[in-house]
Amino acid sequence: MTAAALAQNPPKPILQLVGVRKTFGDFAAVERIDLDIRDGEFLTIVGPSGSGKTTLLRMLAGMEAPSDGEISLKGIRINDMPPSQRPTCLVFQSLALFPHKTVGENIEFPLKVKGVAPAARKQRALELLRLVRLPETHYGKNVMKCSGGERQRVALARALAYDPEVLFFDEPLSALDYKLRKVMEKELKDLHRESGKTFIYITHSLEEAMVMSDRIGVMQSGRLVQVGTPEEIYTRPSTKFVSEFMGEVNVFDAAHENGVWRIDGVEGPANLALPTAMTSAQKAAVVVRPEFMRFVDAPGGADNCLKGVVFNQYSLGSRIQYQVRVAEKTFLLELSRANARKAEGDEALIGWDARDAIVVEA
Amino acid sequence: MSELTLPHAEERPTGTRLEARSTPAARKKVSRGLLSSLPVLVVLLLGFLAPLATVAAYAFATPRTFDVFRSFTLINFETIFDPANTVWMSFAWSLGFAAATVVVLAIVAYPIAWGLARVFGRWAGFVSVLFVFPLFVSENVRLYGWTLFFIKNGVLDGTLKLLGGAGPEVLYTPGITLFGMVYVYLPFMLFPMVLGLAMVPKELVEAARDLGASRLMIWREVELPLAMPGIMIGMLLTFVLAVGAVAESKILGGQSVIVATHDIEIAFTYAQNWPLGSALALILTIIVGALSLIALTKLDLDRILGRR
Repeated sequence: MTAAALAQNPPKPILQLVGVRKTFGDFAAVERIDLDIRDGEFLTIVGPSGSGKTTLLRMLAGMEAPSDGEISLKGIRINDMPPSQRPTCLVFQSLALFPHKTVGENIEFPLKVKGVAPAARKQRALELLRLVRLPETHYGKNVMKCSGGERQRVALARALAYDPEVLFFDEPLSALDYKLRKVMEKELKDLHRESGKTFIYITHSLEEAMVMSDRIGVMQSGRLVQVGTPEEIYTRPSTKFVSEFMGEVNVFDAAHENGVWRIDGVEGPANLALPTAMTSAQKAAVVVRPEFMRFVDAPGGADNCLKGVVFNQYSLGSRIQYQVRVAEKTFLLELSRANARKAEGDEALIGWDARDAIVVEA
Repeated sequence: MSELTLPHAEERPTGTRLEARSTPAARKKVSRGLLSSLPVLVVLLLGFLAPLATVAAYAFATPRTFDVFRSFTLINFETIFDPANTVWMSFAWSLGFAAATVVVLAIVAYPIAWGLARVFGRWAGFVSVLFVFPLFVSENVRLYGWTLFFIKNGVLDGTLKLLGGAGPEVLYTPGITLFGMVYVYLPFMLFPMVLGLAMVPKELVEAARDLGASRLMIWREVELPLAMPGIMIGMLLTFVLAVGAVAESKILGGQSVIVATHDIEIAFTYAQNWPLGSALALILTIIVGALSLIALTKLDLDRILGRR
């Protein structure tokens, strides 16, 4: 289903969280989360380490009980249902493969638990091997002799063998090298589409979340600060934290004085142009992406212009990143090589248009 | 069962020119390795191999003499394997006691080990100390303590008599010998077992539960096979120790049955027949060595040491 179709006709939630909290002593790892997880969606929870995302996932998987609030699966409260009875399955960060079992025995484990006959088990295991793109010859292989990528696939196949309605992923790709991670991200997305199951993935990498997810939830100190499609999160971050989490951005505080907006700690522009007229607020945080900043020839070349000095430039491959100091603040610009016409130490006039700025909660 | 590991000699390159250049360096490395292992080698040769060789040599000496290295005869073994000789019974008792000790200990120690590895948390250290503490007291003293506990008019019997009953007459039986062995060797089963159980990653148990497995299934499919190396080491250790045990049958068992080590002791002391004692010792060593080797081949030492 496309994002637009989802917005038009949202499927009913498979998992529903109402006021879910988890405290360890005085420390609240997860603070009052309300969230509807739609049937069949790929939802990624992103957040820095310690933001409570793993605790949230463990509550959904049944390995921790919420201190407060209610988790329901298809309308049935499952707060205290043990993981062995939930139609959900978690792919651990460590993968938690059984080291004393072969690839085939690992995949067949949930089937063995259910009492499926050996022949049927093997047949299903071979099907799953194909589905996760592993050769059938791996069936009898020692799982500890498999490579990192192969183990990922075995863990996936084992989870799918359980035939859960919801699959949870606790950063299983974090141990892989960059190239293999990129491949697995796309395969995971394909697998999501092919299996039609609900995937809930947690990661600290927004890049990973962007590639795979239908929706992204951003967590900060135990709270879910924004939930939306990757597009929404990218173009309309709701807070300074979310915008900074998206990667390198220019964020600065602005103050409203005598009818004009000014950037804190920077001379000029005398009247900061914002995307929408804001007259009631006293303070705001303004976010401008580095790719929306440019060098301008003369004041007036953009809605907002600032004068500074180039003090660093980095090659990002096809693009060049500049660091420009304006008074005590550093601004980032990302330009294509064709527009990269400044050198370190040069004075530069940088500018951006009002419509490219995003105003978020300070 | 000690294993002698010599440093590997550097593999020599095949080319003659290379060989000529690298030989001095390689020789230097080998000699340095040998040099640093020399103290251990000397201790092992003098302290372990030499006595063993002497015992082996004595086994083939003329009975009731000290003609070691000067006579060679199989007469000691003929005496032992003579159908009229009943010394095989003491071997049977020794091996039987050891096997029974291992089985009882495995059953008794598993729940305690599980508790230490999984449940007791920060109390685990304290509980461990409780189990280690008796080791600070001599084994014989502890066994005499149990004798005082079980003896007629002793702690148990006396107390029960005061209450108008009578204590069970358990002292000086094979059963109490087994009890003594289980008591003495418990720590040697317990701690390897704790280690084995502690090596089972908690996440694997969680994963198995998440995949729908019951407690029994988790135990059978995940916990037990993964803890097996530790359990096997505990079993091996207690078996070897229990085969060589003598104090339990003498003090608690009151010599109601004679175990193999007791026979060996008699041969060496009272009978002054060192060659016969050596022959008995050699046979026992071979039996225990063979059984241990079989067990060791089933053990994956690499996994225990965390190399895999």
